[in-house]
Amino acid sequence: MDESALRQGIDDLYAVYADCIDDDRLEEWPDFFVDDCRYLITDRESHQAGLRHGVIYCASHGMLMDRITTMRRVLVYEPHRYRHILGPARLGAVNDGVVAARANFLAVRIMHDGETSLFATGRYLDRIDVSRSPFRFIERLVILDSQKIDTLLVIPL
Amino acid sequence: MSVADIGFEGVSFPSNALSDVPFRVYTDPEQYRLEQERIFKGPTWNYLCLAGEIPNPGDWVATTLGEVAVIIARGPDGAVNAFVNRCAHRGNLLCLTNKGHGKEITCIYHGWSYDLEGHLTGVAFERGVKRQGGMPPEFRKDEHHLQRLRVAELCGLVFGTFDEDVEDLEAYLGPLVVGGMKRVLNRRFHVIGRSTQVLPNNWKLYAENVKDTYHASILHSFLTTFRINRLSMPGSINIDESGGHHFSQAKLDYAAEDADYKAAQLRADTDLKLADNSVIEAFDEYGDQVSVQILTVFPNMVLQQVRNTIAVRVIRPRAVDKTELDWVHLGFDDDDDAMTERRLRQGNLIGAAGYIALEDGCVGGFVQRALQYNDEGSGVVMMGGHEAESQTFRASEAAIRGFWKKYRALIGA
Repeated sequence: MDESALRQGIDDLYAVYADCIDDDRLEEWPDFFVDDCRYLITDRESHQAGLRHGVIYCASHGMLMDRITTMRRVLVYEPHRYRHILGPARLGAVNDGVVAARANFLAVRIMHDGETSLFATGRYLDRIDVSRSPFRFIERLVILDSQKIDTLLVIPL
Repeated sequence: MSVADIGFEGVSFPSNALSDVPFRVYTDPEQYRLEQERIFKGPTWNYLCLAGEIPNPGDWVATTLGEVAVIIARGPDGAVNAFVNRCAHRGNLLCLTNKGHGKEITCIYHGWSYDLEGHLTGVAFERGVKRQGGMPPEFRKDEHHLQRLRVAELCGLVFGTFDEDVEDLEAYLGPLVVGGMKRVLNRRFHVIGRSTQVLPNNWKLYAENVKDTYHASILHSFLTTFRINRLSMPGSINIDESGGHHFSQAKLDYAAEDADYKAAQLRADTDLKLADNSVIEAFDEYGDQVSVQILTVFPNMVLQQVRNTIAVRVIRPRAVDKTELDWVHLGFDDDDDAMTERRLRQGNLIGAAGYIALEDGCVGGFVQRALQYNDEGSGVVMMGGHEAESQTFRASEAAIRGFWKKYRALIGA
Protein backbone atom coordinates (compact mmCIF):
# COMPACT_ATOMS: atom_id res chain seq x y z
CA MET A 1 0.00 0.00 0.00
CA ASP A 2 1.41 3.42 -0.86
CA GLU A 3 1.70 6.06 1.79
CA SER A 4 -1.12 8.26 0.58
CA ALA A 5 -3.56 5.35 0.54
CA LEU A 6 -2.47 4.43 4.07
CA ARG A 7 -2.92 8.00 5.27
CA GLN A 8 -6.29 8.25 3.60
CA GLY A 9 -7.36 4.99 5.24
CA ILE A 10 -6.30 6.10 8.73
CA ASP A 11 -7.87 9.55 8.32
CA ASP A 12 -11.12 7.88 7.29
CA LEU A 13 -10.99 5.45 10.22
CA TYR A 14 -10.49 8.29 12.70
CA ALA A 15 -13.26 10.42 11.21
CA VAL A 16 -15.77 7.58 10.95
CA TYR A 17 -14.97 6.41 14.50
CA ALA A 18 -15.66 9.90 15.91
CA ASP A 19 -18.86 10.24 13.86
CA CYS A 20 -20.08 6.85 15.09
CA ILE A 21 -19.84 8.03 18.71
CA ASP A 22 -21.06 11.59 18.14
CA ASP A 23 -23.99 10.41 15.99
CA ASP A 24 -25.00 7.92 18.69
CA ARG A 25 -24.52 4.83 16.53
CA LEU A 26 -22.70 3.12 19.36
CA GLU A 27 -23.88 -0.36 18.44
CA GLU A 28 -21.37 -0.09 15.57
CA TRP A 29 -18.54 1.03 17.86
CA PRO A 30 -17.15 -2.42 18.82
CA ASP A 31 -16.67 -3.27 15.14
CA PHE A 32 -13.94 -0.66 14.84
CA PHE A 33 -11.83 -3.15 16.79
CA VAL A 34 -10.41 -6.58 15.99
CA ASP A 35 -11.63 -9.47 18.18
CA ASP A 36 -8.47 -9.67 20.25
CA CYS A 37 -8.28 -5.99 21.09
CA ARG A 38 -7.52 -3.59 23.89
CA TYR A 39 -9.32 -0.34 24.61
CA LEU A 40 -8.19 1.63 27.61
CA ILE A 41 -9.04 5.06 28.99
CA THR A 42 -6.33 6.36 31.27
CA ASP A 43 -4.56 9.66 31.87
CA ARG A 44 -1.15 11.04 31.01
CA GLU A 45 0.27 10.85 34.52
CA SER A 46 -0.87 7.26 35.11
CA HIS A 47 0.32 6.23 31.66
CA GLN A 48 3.75 7.73 32.25
CA ALA A 49 3.96 6.02 35.63
CA GLY A 50 3.26 2.69 33.95
CA LEU A 51 0.00 2.14 35.86
CA ARG A 52 -2.11 -0.38 33.99
CA HIS A 53 -5.54 0.38 35.42
CA GLY A 54 -7.97 2.15 33.13
CA VAL A 55 -11.12 4.06 33.96
CA ILE A 56 -12.43 1.83 31.19
CA TYR A 57 -10.43 -1.34 30.54
CA CYS A 58 -11.63 -3.56 27.72
CA ALA A 59 -9.49 -6.51 26.69
CA SER A 60 -11.85 -8.18 24.22
CA HIS A 61 -14.45 -7.38 21.60
CA GLY A 62 -17.06 -8.78 23.99
CA MET A 63 -16.09 -6.29 26.70
CA LEU A 64 -16.64 -3.47 24.19
CA MET A 65 -20.08 -4.85 23.35
CA ASP A 66 -20.90 -5.05 27.08
CA ARG A 67 -20.03 -1.37 27.47
CA ILE A 68 -22.72 -0.52 24.92
CA THR A 69 -25.31 -3.05 26.14
CA THR A 70 -25.03 -1.75 29.69
CA MET A 71 -25.13 1.94 28.76
CA ARG A 72 -28.17 1.37 26.57
CA ARG A 73 -30.19 -0.96 28.77
CA VAL A 74 -28.89 -1.03 32.31
CA LEU A 75 -27.07 2.06 33.55
CA VAL A 76 -28.79 5.17 34.86
CA TYR A 77 -27.51 8.62 33.84
CA GLU A 78 -28.69 11.82 32.19
CA PRO A 79 -28.84 11.77 28.39
CA HIS A 80 -25.89 13.49 26.77
CA ARG A 81 -23.65 13.25 23.73
CA TYR A 82 -20.19 14.29 22.66
CA ARG A 83 -18.70 16.26 19.82
CA HIS A 84 -15.17 15.06 19.05
CA ILE A 85 -12.73 17.44 17.40
CA LEU A 86 -9.64 15.62 16.13
CA GLY A 87 -6.16 16.81 15.29
CA PRO A 88 -4.28 15.40 12.32
CA ALA A 89 -3.13 11.78 12.55
CA ARG A 90 0.57 11.05 12.78
CA LEU A 91 1.67 7.67 11.48
CA GLY A 92 4.58 5.43 12.33
CA ALA A 93 6.10 2.74 10.16
CA VAL A 94 4.08 -0.28 9.00
CA ASN A 95 5.26 -3.57 10.50
CA ASP A 96 3.60 -6.86 9.56
CA GLY A 97 0.44 -5.07 8.53
CA VAL A 98 0.23 -3.05 11.74
CA VAL A 99 0.76 0.70 11.94
CA ALA A 100 1.22 2.82 15.05
CA ALA A 101 -0.71 6.07 14.88
CA ARG A 102 -1.67 8.92 17.15
CA ALA A 103 -3.92 11.95 17.13
CA ASN A 104 -5.03 14.60 19.58
CA PHE A 105 -8.69 14.94 20.43
CA LEU A 106 -11.03 17.24 22.23
CA ALA A 107 -14.45 16.05 23.36
CA VAL A 108 -17.22 18.49 24.19
CA ARG A 109 -20.15 17.17 26.23
CA ILE A 110 -23.65 18.37 25.36
CA MET A 111 -26.21 17.55 28.05
CA HIS A 112 -29.86 16.91 27.17
CA ASP A 113 -30.78 20.42 28.33
CA GLY A 114 -28.18 22.00 26.06
CA GLU A 115 -25.56 22.62 28.76
CA THR A 116 -22.30 22.40 26.83
CA SER A 117 -18.86 21.98 28.37
CA LEU A 118 -15.36 20.83 27.59
CA PHE A 119 -15.38 17.25 28.87
CA ALA A 120 -12.01 15.81 27.90
CA THR A 121 -8.85 16.47 25.94
CA GLY A 122 -6.13 13.98 25.22
CA ARG A 123 -4.40 11.80 22.73
CA TYR A 124 -5.23 8.52 21.05
CA LEU A 125 -2.30 6.10 20.92
CA ASP A 126 -3.25 3.40 18.46
CA ARG A 127 -2.05 0.22 16.85
CA ILE A 128 -4.10 -0.43 13.74
CA ASP A 129 -4.46 -3.52 11.56
CA VAL A 130 -3.99 -2.15 8.02
CA SER A 131 -3.51 -5.56 6.39
CA ARG A 132 -7.13 -5.69 5.29
CA SER A 133 -9.99 -3.32 4.65
CA PRO A 134 -11.56 -1.76 6.58
CA PHE A 135 -8.73 -0.91 8.95
CA ARG A 136 -9.41 -1.88 12.57
CA PHE A 137 -7.93 -1.03 15.95
CA ILE A 138 -5.84 -3.69 17.63
CA GLU A 139 -5.27 -1.28 20.49
CA ARG A 140 -6.64 2.16 21.24
CA LEU A 141 -5.25 3.88 24.33
CA VAL A 142 -7.16 7.03 25.23
CA ILE A 143 -4.69 9.12 27.21
CA LEU A 144 -6.59 11.92 28.93
CA ASP A 145 -4.65 15.08 29.73
CA SER A 146 -6.31 15.38 33.14
CA GLN A 147 -6.98 12.87 35.87
CA LYS A 148 -10.26 14.61 36.67
CA ILE A 149 -13.50 13.37 35.16
CA ASP A 150 -16.64 15.40 35.66
CA THR A 151 -19.48 13.37 37.21
CA LEU A 152 -19.23 10.18 35.16
CA LEU A 153 -17.97 8.64 31.95
CA VAL A 154 -20.37 6.28 30.21
CA ILE A 155 -20.11 7.01 26.47
CA PRO A 156 -16.74 5.88 25.11
CA LEU A 157 -14.25 8.43 23.82
CA MET B 1 -13.55 35.76 60.65
CA SER B 2 -14.57 32.43 62.06
CA VAL B 3 -18.12 31.19 62.07
CA ALA B 4 -18.12 31.46 65.86
CA ASP B 5 -17.42 35.19 65.58
CA ILE B 6 -20.54 35.83 63.57
CA GLY B 7 -22.69 33.83 65.94
CA PHE B 8 -23.65 31.12 63.50
CA GLU B 9 -24.16 27.85 65.24
CA GLY B 10 -25.25 25.84 62.27
CA VAL B 11 -28.37 24.47 60.72
CA SER B 12 -30.82 23.43 63.40
CA PHE B 13 -31.97 19.84 63.48
CA PRO B 14 -35.73 19.41 64.00
CA SER B 15 -35.39 16.72 66.65
CA ASN B 16 -32.91 14.48 68.41
CA ALA B 17 -33.83 11.59 66.12
CA LEU B 18 -30.93 10.44 63.95
CA SER B 19 -33.48 9.59 61.26
CA ASP B 20 -34.38 13.27 60.86
CA VAL B 21 -31.88 15.07 58.57
CA PRO B 22 -32.64 18.67 57.56
CA PHE B 23 -32.04 19.28 53.86
CA ARG B 24 -30.33 22.61 54.54
CA VAL B 25 -27.19 20.84 55.79
CA TYR B 26 -26.36 20.15 52.13
CA THR B 27 -26.93 23.68 50.84
CA ASP B 28 -25.89 26.17 53.53
CA PRO B 29 -22.48 27.77 52.85
CA GLU B 30 -22.08 28.73 56.51
CA GLN B 31 -22.68 25.13 57.55
CA TYR B 32 -19.92 24.19 55.14
CA ARG B 33 -17.54 26.61 56.87
CA LEU B 34 -18.55 25.23 60.25
CA GLU B 35 -17.76 21.71 59.05
CA GLN B 36 -14.27 22.75 57.99
CA GLU B 37 -13.55 23.99 61.51
CA ARG B 38 -15.38 21.47 63.66
CA ILE B 39 -15.10 18.32 61.58
CA PHE B 40 -12.11 18.43 59.26
CA LYS B 41 -9.93 20.60 61.52
CA GLY B 42 -11.66 19.20 64.60
CA PRO B 43 -11.13 15.99 66.60
CA THR B 44 -11.16 13.63 63.61
CA TRP B 45 -8.50 11.53 61.90
CA ASN B 46 -8.42 12.26 58.18
CA TYR B 47 -6.87 10.05 55.53
CA LEU B 48 -3.84 11.84 54.04
CA CYS B 49 -1.94 9.45 51.76
CA LEU B 50 -0.44 6.00 51.43
CA ALA B 51 2.78 5.41 53.35
CA GLY B 52 4.05 3.85 50.10
CA GLU B 53 3.80 7.21 48.32
CA ILE B 54 6.67 8.52 50.46
CA PRO B 55 8.90 5.44 50.82
CA ASN B 56 12.24 7.23 51.36
CA PRO B 57 13.50 9.99 53.68
CA GLY B 58 13.09 13.28 51.82
CA ASP B 59 9.97 12.19 49.92
CA TRP B 60 6.93 14.41 50.29
CA VAL B 61 3.42 14.71 48.89
CA ALA B 62 1.12 17.72 49.00
CA THR B 63 -2.60 17.18 49.44
CA THR B 64 -5.53 18.58 51.36
CA LEU B 65 -7.21 17.86 54.68
CA GLY B 66 -10.71 19.19 54.20
CA GLU B 67 -9.94 22.33 52.21
CA VAL B 68 -6.63 22.93 54.00
CA ALA B 69 -3.43 22.47 51.98
CA VAL B 70 -1.05 20.12 53.80
CA ILE B 71 2.30 18.41 53.19
CA ILE B 72 3.20 14.89 54.30
CA ALA B 73 6.94 14.22 54.37
CA ARG B 74 9.23 11.43 55.45
CA GLY B 75 11.95 12.93 57.63
CA PRO B 76 15.61 11.90 57.73
CA ASP B 77 14.84 9.53 60.63
CA GLY B 78 12.22 7.72 58.52
CA ALA B 79 9.27 9.08 60.51
CA VAL B 80 6.24 10.52 58.72
CA ASN B 81 5.54 14.19 59.43
CA ALA B 82 2.67 16.37 58.32
CA PHE B 83 2.32 20.12 58.40
CA VAL B 84 0.36 22.86 56.70
CA ASN B 85 1.44 23.85 53.21
CA ARG B 86 1.71 27.49 54.22
CA CYS B 87 4.85 29.49 54.79
CA ALA B 88 5.11 30.91 58.32
CA HIS B 89 6.36 34.21 56.86
CA ARG B 90 3.61 35.54 54.59
CA GLY B 91 1.35 32.54 54.18
CA ASN B 92 2.48 31.51 50.72
CA LEU B 93 1.90 28.00 49.41
CA LEU B 94 5.18 26.15 49.90
CA CYS B 95 4.79 23.08 47.68
CA LEU B 96 3.28 23.87 44.32
CA THR B 97 3.29 20.35 42.90
CA ASN B 98 1.73 17.23 44.39
CA LYS B 99 4.96 15.40 45.13
CA GLY B 100 8.69 15.86 45.40
CA HIS B 101 11.90 14.96 47.16
CA GLY B 102 14.55 16.98 48.96
CA LYS B 103 16.28 17.77 52.25
CA GLU B 104 14.28 20.91 52.72
CA ILE B 105 11.35 22.85 51.34
CA THR B 106 12.00 26.44 50.31
CA CYS B 107 9.35 29.07 49.79
CA ILE B 108 9.64 30.65 46.35
CA TYR B 109 8.40 34.02 47.59
CA HIS B 110 11.15 35.12 50.03
CA GLY B 111 13.31 32.01 50.28
CA TRP B 112 12.38 30.86 53.79
CA SER B 113 13.29 27.19 54.07
CA TYR B 114 12.09 24.37 56.29
CA ASP B 115 13.34 20.88 57.04
CA LEU B 116 11.05 17.89 56.54
CA GLU B 117 9.90 18.09 60.14
CA GLY B 118 8.58 21.61 59.55
CA HIS B 119 11.34 23.50 61.42
CA LEU B 120 12.33 26.86 59.95
CA THR B 121 15.99 26.45 59.01
CA GLY B 122 16.75 29.41 56.84
CA VAL B 123 15.60 33.01 56.30
CA ALA B 124 16.98 34.78 53.25
CA PHE B 125 18.95 37.91 54.21
CA GLU B 126 18.26 37.24 57.88
CA ARG B 127 21.20 39.50 58.78
CA GLY B 128 20.32 42.03 56.11
CA VAL B 129 22.46 43.26 53.24
CA LYS B 130 25.70 45.14 53.99
CA ARG B 131 24.67 45.33 57.66
CA GLN B 132 21.44 47.09 56.75
CA GLY B 133 17.96 45.70 57.20
CA GLY B 134 17.49 42.11 58.18
CA MET B 135 15.52 40.62 61.01
CA PRO B 136 15.58 42.36 64.40
CA PRO B 137 17.56 40.58 67.15
CA GLU B 138 14.43 39.30 68.90
CA PHE B 139 13.46 37.28 65.83
CA ARG B 140 14.00 33.57 66.57
CA LYS B 141 13.62 30.96 63.88
CA ASP B 142 12.48 28.31 66.35
CA GLU B 143 9.37 30.36 67.08
CA HIS B 144 8.24 30.20 63.48
CA HIS B 145 7.97 26.54 62.52
CA LEU B 146 5.18 25.25 60.29
CA GLN B 147 1.95 24.28 61.99
CA ARG B 148 2.25 20.53 62.53
CA LEU B 149 -0.42 17.86 62.41
CA ARG B 150 -0.44 14.67 64.44
CA VAL B 151 0.01 11.68 62.17
CA ALA B 152 -0.67 7.98 62.56
CA GLU B 153 -0.30 5.04 60.23
CA LEU B 154 -2.46 1.93 59.97
CA CYS B 155 -2.28 -0.80 57.31
CA GLY B 156 -0.04 1.40 55.16
CA LEU B 157 -2.49 4.33 55.26
CA VAL B 158 -1.40 7.65 56.75
CA PHE B 159 -3.92 9.70 58.72
CA GLY B 160 -3.59 13.16 60.23
CA THR B 161 -5.38 15.43 62.63
CA PHE B 162 -5.12 19.07 63.70
CA ASP B 163 -6.51 18.13 67.11
CA GLU B 164 -4.17 17.67 70.08
CA ASP B 165 -6.67 15.78 72.17
CA VAL B 166 -8.40 13.30 69.91
CA GLU B 167 -7.73 9.70 70.95
CA ASP B 168 -5.17 7.59 69.08
CA LEU B 169 -6.19 6.41 65.63
CA GLU B 170 -7.04 2.82 66.55
CA ALA B 171 -9.11 3.93 69.54
CA TYR B 172 -10.82 6.49 67.28
CA LEU B 173 -11.79 3.77 64.81
CA GLY B 174 -12.63 1.12 67.38
CA PRO B 175 -11.61 -2.55 67.19
CA LEU B 176 -14.46 -3.56 64.87
CA VAL B 177 -13.50 -1.17 62.05
CA VAL B 178 -9.76 -1.71 62.61
CA GLY B 179 -10.50 -5.41 62.08
CA GLY B 180 -12.37 -4.67 58.87
CA MET B 181 -9.45 -2.63 57.58
CA LYS B 182 -6.89 -5.29 58.47
CA ARG B 183 -8.99 -7.92 56.73
CA VAL B 184 -8.67 -6.15 53.36
CA LEU B 185 -5.17 -4.65 53.63
CA ASN B 186 -3.65 -7.86 54.96
CA ARG B 187 -0.47 -7.84 52.87
CA ARG B 188 1.84 -5.50 50.98
CA PHE B 189 0.08 -3.53 48.28
CA HIS B 190 0.85 -1.01 45.57
CA VAL B 191 -1.04 1.48 43.41
CA ILE B 192 -2.31 0.16 40.06
CA GLY B 193 -4.32 3.23 39.03
CA ARG B 194 -5.69 6.61 40.01
CA SER B 195 -8.40 8.97 38.93
CA THR B 196 -10.52 11.76 40.32
CA GLN B 197 -14.26 12.00 39.89
CA VAL B 198 -15.68 15.49 40.29
CA LEU B 199 -19.06 15.25 42.00
CA PRO B 200 -21.59 18.09 41.60
CA ASN B 201 -22.81 17.76 45.17
CA ASN B 202 -22.13 18.35 48.84
CA TRP B 203 -19.54 15.98 50.34
CA LYS B 204 -22.02 14.52 52.82
CA LEU B 205 -24.25 13.19 50.05
CA TYR B 206 -21.38 10.99 48.95
CA ALA B 207 -20.38 10.09 52.52
CA GLU B 208 -23.95 8.91 53.08
CA ASN B 209 -24.12 7.12 49.74
CA VAL B 210 -21.29 4.76 50.64
CA LYS B 211 -22.96 3.93 53.94
CA ASP B 212 -26.28 3.32 52.22
CA THR B 213 -26.78 -0.42 51.67
CA TYR B 214 -30.43 0.21 50.79
CA HIS B 215 -29.78 1.86 47.41
CA ALA B 216 -27.21 -0.57 46.04
CA SER B 217 -29.46 -3.13 44.42
CA ILE B 218 -32.02 -0.49 43.35
CA LEU B 219 -30.03 2.34 41.77
CA HIS B 220 -27.27 0.07 40.50
CA SER B 221 -29.37 -2.10 38.24
CA PHE B 222 -26.25 -3.74 36.82
CA LEU B 223 -26.17 -5.77 40.02
CA THR B 224 -29.70 -7.10 39.70
CA THR B 225 -29.69 -7.41 35.90
CA PHE B 226 -26.67 -9.64 36.02
CA ARG B 227 -27.72 -11.28 39.28
CA ILE B 228 -24.70 -10.14 41.24
CA ASN B 229 -25.65 -8.54 44.52
CA ARG B 230 -29.06 -8.71 46.07
CA LEU B 231 -30.12 -7.54 49.49
CA SER B 232 -31.25 -11.12 50.14
CA MET B 233 -27.64 -12.25 50.16
CA PRO B 234 -26.24 -12.78 53.65
CA GLY B 235 -24.46 -9.73 54.94
CA SER B 236 -24.03 -7.30 57.78
CA ILE B 237 -23.57 -3.69 58.74
CA ASN B 238 -20.93 -3.10 61.38
CA ILE B 239 -20.81 0.30 63.05
CA ASP B 240 -18.37 1.60 65.65
CA GLU B 241 -19.57 3.13 68.91
CA SER B 242 -19.23 6.73 67.71
CA GLY B 243 -21.36 5.90 64.67
CA GLY B 244 -18.97 7.57 62.25
CA HIS B 245 -17.06 4.56 60.98
CA HIS B 246 -18.49 1.36 59.60
CA PHE B 247 -18.14 -1.51 57.24
CA SER B 248 -20.82 -3.41 55.42
CA GLN B 249 -20.30 -6.87 54.03
CA ALA B 250 -22.13 -9.03 51.55
CA LYS B 251 -21.32 -12.68 51.26
CA LEU B 252 -21.45 -14.69 48.11
CA ASP B 253 -21.50 -18.38 47.39
CA TYR B 254 -18.94 -18.05 44.60
CA ALA B 255 -19.45 -21.58 43.24
CA ALA B 256 -23.25 -21.25 43.25
CA GLU B 257 -23.06 -17.91 41.47
CA ASP B 258 -20.89 -19.39 38.77
CA ALA B 259 -23.34 -22.27 38.23
CA ASP B 260 -26.28 -19.87 38.38
CA TYR B 261 -24.67 -17.62 35.84
CA LYS B 262 -23.89 -20.45 33.44
CA ALA B 263 -27.48 -21.68 33.70
CA ALA B 264 -28.78 -18.17 32.99
CA GLN B 265 -26.61 -17.99 29.89
CA LEU B 266 -28.47 -21.02 28.54
CA ARG B 267 -31.97 -19.81 29.34
CA ALA B 268 -33.92 -17.97 26.67
CA ASP B 269 -35.84 -15.77 29.15
CA THR B 270 -32.86 -13.65 30.11
CA ASP B 271 -32.04 -11.77 26.96
CA LEU B 272 -29.55 -9.46 28.62
CA LYS B 273 -26.25 -11.22 28.89
CA LEU B 274 -22.67 -10.11 29.20
CA ALA B 275 -20.66 -11.06 26.14
CA ASP B 276 -17.54 -11.33 28.29
CA ASN B 277 -18.00 -12.53 31.87
CA SER B 278 -14.50 -11.68 32.94
CA VAL B 279 -15.65 -8.35 34.35
CA ILE B 280 -17.46 -10.21 37.15
CA GLU B 281 -15.45 -13.41 37.44
CA ALA B 282 -14.20 -13.17 40.99
CA PHE B 283 -11.85 -15.24 43.06
CA ASP B 284 -12.48 -15.63 46.80
CA GLU B 285 -9.07 -14.23 47.66
CA TYR B 286 -9.77 -13.83 51.37
CA GLY B 287 -11.30 -17.30 51.67
CA ASP B 288 -14.30 -16.00 53.65
CA GLN B 289 -16.88 -15.65 50.86
CA VAL B 290 -17.18 -11.90 51.44
CA SER B 291 -17.59 -10.47 47.95
CA VAL B 292 -18.21 -6.85 48.91
CA GLN B 293 -16.91 -4.90 51.87
CA ILE B 294 -17.32 -1.15 52.03
CA LEU B 295 -15.56 0.48 54.98
CA THR B 296 -15.68 4.13 55.95
CA VAL B 297 -13.50 6.25 58.20
CA PHE B 298 -15.19 9.46 59.28
CA PRO B 299 -15.00 11.94 57.69
CA ASN B 300 -13.15 11.42 54.44
CA MET B 301 -12.14 7.86 53.54
CA VAL B 302 -13.63 4.74 52.03
CA LEU B 303 -11.81 1.43 51.72
CA GLN B 304 -13.52 -0.90 49.31
CA GLN B 305 -13.27 -4.50 48.34
CA VAL B 306 -15.74 -5.11 45.55
CA ARG B 307 -14.96 -8.63 44.45
CA ASN B 308 -11.27 -8.43 43.55
CA THR B 309 -11.14 -4.66 43.19
CA ILE B 310 -9.44 -2.96 46.09
CA ALA B 311 -9.50 0.82 46.29
CA VAL B 312 -9.19 3.74 48.65
CA ARG B 313 -11.62 6.53 47.88
CA VAL B 314 -10.92 9.94 49.37
CA ILE B 315 -13.75 12.41 49.78
CA ARG B 316 -12.47 15.96 49.28
CA PRO B 317 -14.96 18.78 49.91
CA ARG B 318 -14.36 21.63 47.46
CA ALA B 319 -17.42 23.83 47.90
CA VAL B 320 -20.85 23.46 49.45
CA ASP B 321 -22.02 21.88 46.18
CA LYS B 322 -18.80 20.39 44.84
CA THR B 323 -16.74 17.39 45.94
CA GLU B 324 -13.75 15.63 44.48
CA LEU B 325 -13.55 11.90 44.89
CA ASP B 326 -10.06 10.48 44.49
CA TRP B 327 -9.88 6.81 43.50
CA VAL B 328 -6.67 4.99 44.39
CA HIS B 329 -6.80 1.48 42.93
CA LEU B 330 -4.63 -1.10 44.63
CA GLY B 331 -3.07 -4.45 43.81
CA PHE B 332 -1.09 -6.71 46.12
CA ASP B 333 2.61 -7.37 45.70
CA ASP B 334 1.97 -11.13 45.58
CA ASP B 335 -0.52 -10.87 42.68
CA ASP B 336 0.44 -13.01 39.71
CA ASP B 337 -0.31 -11.92 36.12
CA ALA B 338 -3.72 -13.60 36.12
CA MET B 339 -4.72 -11.85 39.36
CA THR B 340 -3.54 -8.48 38.07
CA GLU B 341 -5.53 -8.96 34.86
CA ARG B 342 -8.56 -9.98 36.95
CA ARG B 343 -8.34 -6.80 39.03
CA LEU B 344 -7.95 -4.66 35.89
CA ARG B 345 -10.96 -6.22 34.17
CA GLN B 346 -13.13 -5.98 37.28
CA GLY B 347 -11.99 -2.36 37.46
CA ASN B 348 -14.82 -1.67 35.00
CA LEU B 349 -17.21 -2.12 37.93
CA ILE B 350 -15.92 0.87 39.86
CA GLY B 351 -14.77 4.47 39.42
CA ALA B 352 -16.14 7.25 37.22
CA ALA B 353 -17.02 4.76 34.45
CA GLY B 354 -17.90 1.88 36.77
CA TYR B 355 -20.92 -0.30 36.12
CA ILE B 356 -21.85 -0.16 39.81
CA ALA B 357 -20.35 3.22 40.66
CA LEU B 358 -20.98 5.71 37.87
CA GLU B 359 -24.55 6.27 39.02
CA ASP B 360 -23.23 7.44 42.38
CA GLY B 361 -21.46 10.20 40.41
CA CYS B 362 -24.73 11.68 39.22
CA VAL B 363 -27.26 10.80 41.93
CA GLY B 364 -25.75 13.20 44.48
CA GLY B 365 -25.99 15.94 41.86
CA PHE B 366 -29.66 15.15 41.33
CA VAL B 367 -30.31 15.57 45.07
CA GLN B 368 -28.30 18.81 45.11
CA ARG B 369 -30.31 20.15 42.17
CA ALA B 370 -33.62 19.20 43.78
CA LEU B 371 -32.61 21.06 46.96
CA GLN B 372 -31.68 24.24 45.10
CA TYR B 373 -33.65 27.02 46.83
CA ASN B 374 -36.00 24.30 48.02
CA ASP B 375 -34.26 23.04 51.13
CA GLU B 376 -36.91 23.33 53.81
CA GLY B 377 -37.89 20.20 55.67
CA SER B 378 -36.05 16.99 56.37
CA GLY B 379 -35.21 13.70 54.78
CA VAL B 380 -36.40 10.41 56.23
CA VAL B 381 -33.66 7.99 57.25
CA MET B 382 -35.75 5.35 59.03
CA MET B 383 -35.03 2.19 57.10
CA GLY B 384 -34.17 -0.49 59.64
CA GLY B 385 -35.22 1.62 62.63
CA HIS B 386 -33.99 4.75 64.38
CA GLU B 387 -30.72 3.63 65.92
CA ALA B 388 -27.19 3.50 64.60
CA GLU B 389 -26.16 0.06 65.72
CA SER B 390 -24.66 -2.89 63.91
CA GLN B 391 -27.13 -5.12 62.09
CA THR B 392 -27.06 -8.53 60.46
CA PHE B 393 -29.19 -7.41 57.51
CA ARG B 394 -28.65 -4.74 54.88
CA ALA B 395 -32.15 -3.41 54.12
CA SER B 396 -31.22 -0.63 56.48
CA GLU B 397 -29.97 2.92 56.77
CA ALA B 398 -28.30 2.32 60.14
CA ALA B 399 -24.85 3.36 58.92
CA ILE B 400 -26.23 6.66 57.58
CA ARG B 401 -27.74 7.33 61.00
CA GLY B 402 -24.29 6.54 62.40
CA PHE B 403 -22.85 9.29 60.21
CA TRP B 404 -25.30 11.80 61.68
CA LYS B 405 -24.62 10.62 65.21
CA LYS B 406 -20.92 11.41 64.80
CA TYR B 407 -21.59 14.56 62.76
CA ARG B 408 -23.99 16.03 65.30
CA ALA B 409 -21.66 15.25 68.19
CA LEU B 410 -18.86 17.17 66.44
CA ILE B 411 -20.89 20.06 65.07
CA GLY B 412 -22.82 20.51 68.31
CA ALA B 413 -26.27 20.08 66.75
